[in-house]
Formats: sequence, structure tokens, C-alpha cells
Amino acid sequence: MTLPPTPSQTVGPFFSIGLCRRAENELGSSLRLHGRLIDGTDEPIGDGVIEVWDAARRKWGRCPTDAQGMFEFTIDPPEPCLHVNVFARGLLKHQVTRVYAPGASDHVLEALPAADRATLVAVGEDGALRFDIRMQGPHQTVFFAV
Amino acid sequence: MSDVLLPDDPGFGPDVQVDYPGYRASRYRAPDRPLVSLPEELHRVDGPVFGEDALGELDWDLTRQYEGEPLGERIIVSGRVLGEDGRPVRNALVEVWQANAGGRYHHDVDQHPAPVDPNFAGAGRCLTGDDGSYRFVTIKPGSYPWGNHENAWRPAHIHFSLFGRAFVDRLVTQMYFPGDPLQAYDPIMHAVRSPKARELLIARFDLANTQPEWALAYEWDIVLGRSGGATPLEEE
Repeated sequence: MTLPPTPSQTVGPFFSIGLCRRAENELGSSLRLHGRLIDGTDEPIGDGVIEVWDAARRKWGRCPTDAQGMFEFTIDPPEPCLHVNVFARGLLKHQVTRVYAPGASDHVLEALPAADRATLVAVGEDGALRFDIRMQGPHQTVFFAV
Repeated sequence: MSDVLLPDDPGFGPDVQVDYPGYRASRYRAPDRPLVSLPEELHRVDGPVFGEDALGELDWDLTRQYEGEPLGERIIVSGRVLGEDGRPVRNALVEVWQANAGGRYHHDVDQHPAPVDPNFAGAGRCLTGDDGSYRFVTIKPGSYPWGNHENAWRPAHIHFSLFGRAFVDRLVTQMYFPGDPLQAYDPIMHAVRSPKARELLIARFDLANTQPEWALAYEWDIVLGRSGGATPLEEE
């Protein structure tokens, strides 16, 4: 039996009442991961929510973006990557990406053209990892089909 | 108003068109480059598991979170969460949020001049049972204007968020009510181009589960699974 899957719909602008009732952005203890969610006009997306999943350690976290599009997590160093889901008003379906530690790699990353690869690798900055997510444009973050 | 809707396309497949032009906010947010396929084994990566500690005692009953009762039509919303193979998804975290009976969200950004209900936060959570079942008691949400185009109104809906067995089963969607005339004009709903797939978003009136003298009921089953990518081409 194969049932047709229920289609996706946007989280809309008011998701925080349902999805962000408590802080859930600590899934590790040693490293800060932060970044901005940016639209196709280089403006911050202030009504998005980012989820990360550390599959190796089975730790999950979620953080809404602020008016500057900023999100942040406390994580342990990715081995080699964290799975990332991006939700926002205006996104009819969430987008799936990955964030890799600087210098880390695997066959998914290696299969991408170099310029695309760079969109998935966090930048080490003041002892933290910075990972910006761009929804459109020449530097658009790579998103995966699932 | 209907010019914001593209014609139905039964061939489009079960998924939503992420860059649907009628939904204005998608214009600078929907990715404009094709999605990249992941190796098959990565579709089997387990997702997070949630336990009872994720829940408050009355999270499943949105009508009992304050001293007083919320205004509006009391309803029971229940159903099952299933995999594409028809098997129940057990212990799935289901999160819901919605507007109050007047069509206003308990959220600072919502400026719709309808009354705030001091007894209704409009958010709930539960875990599915062994048979994949979930159940909420709430009030029927109102429709509200949203500025997407001239005289745009959202049909009544409840937002649902679900975690399935696998990471790729993650789903955020909206449940609609049968017989709502606003559905015919809603670009968010019509971004699901196939009329058959769109019907999957509409609950069924559930006479058997109504509670006489107390509440009406709606039933809505949710199927988690890969819907094949973003475009018809990728569904091959």
C-alpha cells in the first residue's frame, strides 16, 4: 500500500506561538553556531525558524530568527555536518541543507561543484562557527531534494 | 481576486509548488536554483525522538490552558499519523497553532483588528499513540485578512508540525475545514496544484466523534513521506 503524502504548507508569520514556546537551541555544550537567514534581495528574514539535527549524537535544536535574520545554537563540533531545516513565512515547504565544520568533508560535499560546496561550510570566527543561509541568488545555499 | 491563482494541474503531483507566484512572500524566499539529490541511504537517517517530557499536562486541550474558557465553537480534532506504507507513526511529536475564533493570533505581529481572547493562546502539542493517533480539543479558528492581494482572506486553518521516523519525514502543513468557501481563493492552498492533493489538506466532518451537548469533531489523517522532490521532473 502506498498512501499519497500530505502536502506541505508554509509555517506562516505566527509559528512562534506553536514552535518556539521555549528555548531549544542548546544541543551541545562546546561551540557556538550562528548565522543569518537572508532573502533574494539581501534582506534579513526575520520570521524564519532554523532546526538543526546532530545525527551522530542524536541531538536536536531549534531557533527562530530575529529581526536581523540572526539565529544561534550551542553545539558540539559537527562530525562532519549537522542536518539543517529552514522554515519561514513565504516558504511553502521547508528547505533542507547541511552545515559542515571547516575542513570537514564527505561524499555529499565532494560531489558538489566547489562554489556550491562553500555555501555549506561554516566559517570559523572568534572561536565560533558562522553559517549564513541564502535563499536565492548566485551565492544561494545548496538545498537538497528529499 | 482569482487572478492570483494559477489553473489546477492534476499532473503536478502531490507536492506544493514552492515558487507559486500567487503567494507573494515566496518571491524572494523560494530557492531559485534546482534542489540537489541526496544519496538514497541519507533518506534513512533517523530523526529526533521526543518523549513525554516535551509535553505539558494539558497541551492537548487548547480550551483549558487558562482559568476561563475561550470563546468560539468547541471542536475535537483527531486523526492518525501514517507512513506512506500505511503503518502508524508512533510517538510522533505533533505541534499545532492557530488563530482564535475571531481570526486573531496570540502574537505581537498580528495587527488584525479582531479581539484577542485572553483565554486562548492557540497552541498545543501531543505525541501519537501506538496506533498513530492524535487528538486535540480546541475551538474553531476564524478567517482573517492577510494583505497578500486585494481583499485576501485565509480560509480557517490549523497549523500542524510533525516529526516522523526519518529526518526527511519532517512536515509542516495546515489543516482546513470542509465546505469553507474561502478555499477557492487561497493561493497558499492552491500552491498545491493538484486538486486531488489539495483535498488531502481538508479534514472530514466526524459525526461519530462529536460529543453531544458539548463539541463537534473533525478527523484528519496525515501521511508522512517523501513526496518526490520539488518539481514534476524530479518525481520520475
